Amino acid sequence: MTLHLTTEDQALLAGDHGEAVSLAMRILVSAAELLSAQALIRVTSAHIDGCLYHGDGGVEFAEKLVAAGGQVAVPTTLNVGALDLLHPDTVRADPLKAAMARRQMDAYVSMGAEPTFTCAPYQIGHEPGLGEQVAWGESNAIAFANSVLGARTERYGDFLDACCALTGRAPLHGLHIEQNRQAKVVVDATNVPDALKDQDVFYPVLGTWLGLEVGREVSVIVGLPSKVTRDQLKALGASAASTGAVALFHVVGVTPEAPSLDAVMSKGGSVRRITLTADMVRRALRRLTTADAVERIDAVAVGSPHFSITEFEALLNLVRGRCMAVPFYACTARATLRELEERGDLLALHEAGIKIVADTCVVVTPILRESGGVLMTNSGKFAHYGPSKTGYEVVYGSLEDCVESAVTGLVARTEEIWSW
Amino acid sequence: MLIPGNAEGGLLRLQAPISLWGGVDPGSGVVIDPRHPDHGASITGTVLAMPGAIGSSSSSAIMLELLREGTAPAAVLMAHSDAILALGVVVSIELGYPACPVLEVELSALDGVPEGALLRITSEGQVLRL
Repeated sequence: MTLHLTTEDQALLAGDHGEAVSLAMRILVSAAELLSAQALIRVTSAHIDGCLYHGDGGVEFAEKLVAAGGQVAVPTTLNVGALDLLHPDTVRADPLKAAMARRQMDAYVSMGAEPTFTCAPYQIGHEPGLGEQVAWGESNAIAFANSVLGARTERYGDFLDACCALTGRAPLHGLHIEQNRQAKVVVDATNVPDALKDQDVFYPVLGTWLGLEVGREVSVIVGLPSKVTRDQLKALGASAASTGAVALFHVVGVTPEAPSLDAVMSKGGSVRRITLTADMVRRALRRLTTADAVERIDAVAVGSPHFSITEFEALLNLVRGRCMAVPFYACTARATLRELEERGDLLALHEAGIKIVADTCVVVTPILRESGGVLMTNSGKFAHYGPSKTGYEVVYGSLEDCVESAVTGLVARTEEIWSW
Repeated sequence: MLIPGNAEGGLLRLQAPISLWGGVDPGSGVVIDPRHPDHGASITGTVLAMPGAIGSSSSSAIMLELLREGTAPAAVLMAHSDAILALGVVVSIELGYPACPVLEVELSALDGVPEGALLRITSEGQVLRL
């Protein structure tokens, strides 16, 4: 099984389109070979995860592409960076690191990527269609693009995402190929009470369980309500892509490739069937909280993945006219912030003490107070990465729980819905 | 064999899949995820046997930083090929920094090998016990 390159691929590799494209092709070809891909395919868009600063190597890589004349070949969006460029005081970064973080963000913008700086490009108008081949980074965005939009991407990490953007190509492998998108695991959620399945708070828990259970396998879930919202699916995918390597899940009657169970079930090979029980759900729920016995919280963070306009509407309804006793961070895209501004919703959020974080979020860069403590969140992804990335203990609850807790500073959680 | 190369190191078997981003501190090479069963272990210089790579697509970048900082494993043995992790090594080579071999191996082949046992990875992709 060898990689076949077209004449045009070879010209890109040889440097006919400049040194940056040649470098990107070299890395892309290495990746294709280690993935045993037989060809490269054209992609129609890219989402670059690599603009987030982790160390000087990432800056060096991006600036090397810039110096070599790199420009994106397809419409390209950018993931979060390590700075909030709209509110420069938000991030407590050491000045040297902040300067490097800025250089990394600037490098990708100068290559023609759109400065979206969001982990949820799909909710600000970048929605590839059913069957469209794309190259996306950022684990939640990958899961959403594949599962909810029916676009086709593999899990592209930092660097490879940029190489796909500069060449407009990706290795033909994995979820780019129809037959690999069939489910090998069937999850039956029929037994979960509708009253719980109607709640947003259920979906990060379901995702946490799914990622731990299926790892990298494609799954299909039956028994979810057809009215399940995009925000709920976003939360499901983000959590599953944190505890597992989930890049695609189907939901029968909801996601575009799963009009029926038959349509997405693997035709060859064995299929594993799991019936979701109360015990499985409660175990996943418990895993999301590390600070079980605490009474007080020190901060609340929402918006991982970045808060959508509909999530802000829900937040606004809960906080209007109230005052938060602890710092309450809502992380979002600058495009969503602009929309809030245009709607005239910002004032009420500010008056309630909601701190809006744009272009970044509280787990990827130092924003929370250095003192440490307990962070409450409605995000499965924040609950998963919070302890290691911020040093804070975490308490998981619904958005309503987060607001009620933030108003008093004392943990308030609705427990009854989990008893069945 | 994803990334060929020679290496030697003590075996560290991770007991659960890991996301390098959020899972390992590139400055120290230590597992920092308190929920991970190997929390507190150092992966630096080990032959790291991974049952799976999960989570963040930033893990390529963490692999590059581990290699630049000198805190990387001596070699990585993976149950499933994973482009995210291996890409960090590809880019490290491209930028002139060190590499470490990454091999796709059936981890059951290591059954019976004690934790910390010195292993040699050959450029032909063999895993030898010293």
